[in-house]
Amino acid sequence: MRNRSLLILTSVLTTGALTLTACGSRDDGNGDKGGDKTTVVIGVDSPTSGDLSALGLGIKNSADLAAKTANKEEYVKGIEFKIEALDDQAQPNIGQQNAAKFIGNKDVVGVVGPLNSSVSQSMQKPFNDAGLTQVSPANTGTELTQGDGWKTGDSKRQFKTFFRTATTDEIQGAFAANYLYNTAKIKSVFLIDDQKTYGAGLAASFKDTFTKLGGKIVGSDHVNPEDRDFNAVVTQVKKTGADAVYYGGEYPAAGPLSQQLKDAGNKIPLMGGDGIYSGDFIKLNKKAEGDLATSVGKPVEQLDSAKKFIADYKAAGYKDAYEAYGGSTYDATWSIIEAVKIAVEGNDGKLPEDARAKVLEAMAKVKFTGVTGDVSFDEFGDTTNTMMTAYQVEKGAWAPKFSEAVKPQS
Amino acid sequence: MNELPQQLANGLILGAMYGLIAVGYTMVYGIVQLINFAHGEIFMIGGFGALTIHLWFPDAPLLALIPLMIVFAVICSVAVGAAAERFAYRPLRGAPRLAPLITAIGLSLVLQQAIWKWYPDATKDQPFPQFEGDPLSFLGADIKVNSLFILIAAPICMIALGYFVNKTRAGRGMQATAQDPDTAKLMGVNTDRIIVMAFAIGAAFAAIAAVGYGLHQGQVGYLMGLIMGLKAFTAAVLGGIGNIYGAMLGGIVLGLAEALATGYMADVPGMDLFGGGAWKDVWAFVLLIVVLLVRPQGLLGERVADRA
Repeated sequence: MRNRSLLILTSVLTTGALTLTACGSRDDGNGDKGGDKTTVVIGVDSPTSGDLSALGLGIKNSADLAAKTANKEEYVKGIEFKIEALDDQAQPNIGQQNAAKFIGNKDVVGVVGPLNSSVSQSMQKPFNDAGLTQVSPANTGTELTQGDGWKTGDSKRQFKTFFRTATTDEIQGAFAANYLYNTAKIKSVFLIDDQKTYGAGLAASFKDTFTKLGGKIVGSDHVNPEDRDFNAVVTQVKKTGADAVYYGGEYPAAGPLSQQLKDAGNKIPLMGGDGIYSGDFIKLNKKAEGDLATSVGKPVEQLDSAKKFIADYKAAGYKDAYEAYGGSTYDATWSIIEAVKIAVEGNDGKLPEDARAKVLEAMAKVKFTGVTGDVSFDEFGDTTNTMMTAYQVEKGAWAPKFSEAVKPQS
Repeated sequence: MNELPQQLANGLILGAMYGLIAVGYTMVYGIVQLINFAHGEIFMIGGFGALTIHLWFPDAPLLALIPLMIVFAVICSVAVGAAAERFAYRPLRGAPRLAPLITAIGLSLVLQQAIWKWYPDATKDQPFPQFEGDPLSFLGADIKVNSLFILIAAPICMIALGYFVNKTRAGRGMQATAQDPDTAKLMGVNTDRIIVMAFAIGAAFAAIAAVGYGLHQGQVGYLMGLIMGLKAFTAAVLGGIGNIYGAMLGGIVLGLAEALATGYMADVPGMDLFGGGAWKDVWAFVLLIVVLLVRPQGLLGERVADRA
């Protein structure tokens, strides 16, 4: 008997241990010069370790670059910008701890991040209560700004402090469905998602538009984002004879899923959203050729406004690539810098006492031409830039295929 | 098209992997009644050991490299497993059972974070080399060339282990230690050596499973031991912890259960919400609970019931 209760106890303990991932945060700001300048801190929250670190490090570096550029150009007189970057490991609970840290630091006037919509959900409320501006470069979950009512046309602003430079899943899913049905001429799709806020939302909005267009969803399944063996699901896909798989989720699972799909003899592409638009998707997937992804904005390489960003990023010598969200992160950071400028100029060139409130107020007035195009925010805090691009893997790299500014349908 | 053979093959491949790892849990438990929760990480270290060889010789043909990868993976895993026994568990051998258990959980976190921190670029999943080639058709199932490794390695390992435990002097010493360590000691069995040996064999099997995992999945990551370790532990309990054949049987049953739950649960009337890849773990654990209710000692377990 004692043995069995020991086994039970052990199982309980392990489950507990599994949920306790090591909490480590890596603060590193760039050198603080001080002097007679007022230092303003912009927080950055992204997963810089773990599966999604490729995207997370791109975010951290791009925010750092924006702050450095503003300092070098003395864009806001008398203000020195400093980045405080925290690692959320893509975990909502760690994101929440980071939010508390940012709120506790009085010098923080705005936060850029996070990457994951699920993490954002845990940060929105604390930021809202503290009146601290948050601009996400990557959250595409529609309900983050518009609430659960968006599906029925009853959109309501959720948090006055939340803004984003990435467009919504509603737009992204619709764009993907349009591209697949009209351009790639694929009429039957097997739908898979990873049950996270981002993946499930994206898959749902894809399904909506795809069936409206006349396409057929021949089967659907959900997987766990930590899984790496998808052979059983792949067998199901094969049975239905679908012409493509649409995956709502991120590249750590999408890479092996796509490879196992093709290993099993399915000659069909996998399509996903901006969560799989990463160089690591191709690195972890030896048969990525022909796979599709959509991402927000135009490819930064194609935009004139982005050339400077790319050159500066290279010159700054960051070890990691800027990845999918480099441009939108730079713009998100810049929007806070712009808001600080408005606040400072409205206060005789000095940082106002209630800096957080003034910055938040200024966010609605922010308007500039950034890396991804014209940046401004609508009444929900969403970006007014709805440019989307479809990419396909060609010769081991993502190649842009088609860009369009999507009109939200309502 | 009938996909049952394919699902059975999927389950068998996964199950063989679980089984090989489960042997490590079961052998250690059979001899020292310790659940070595760091075993999943020992598996993970085997995977990184094999990857290291590939990174050292990136241009060598994979077929020629495989033996070297296996050897180095085994060396890494065994070294870590034996060191864990010597420095983490042996000092606690007389302590209450919870102490080594918690040590094991701590050790597992330490190993994970150590790889994360010091292995180059291990903060994200790393691609693992794979063979090119079309899948082989066998009784209606397509089996990837890369998955053959585990299907061949698992039976060979089990036969070798069976021979070792039953026919060799050290193996009989192991059985004696498992039955009654004090008496075995009196009879001249060096129990300390036997215990290290149990850890080492378990680690070696985990390393072989890790090479199979890398070939099958095409990637390794510092977190891969977490889920695989937990599943293998489940397999060991399912098969009857303490019984080496039970570990393999438990692994295969668990793998098949997962594949079949993914494939067919949604077709059962009224269950369409509970099928598919997201629910496979739930069904695997439902199976575990049912088996433990009917046979608390596990499928092949016998000794465990009268110990403790």
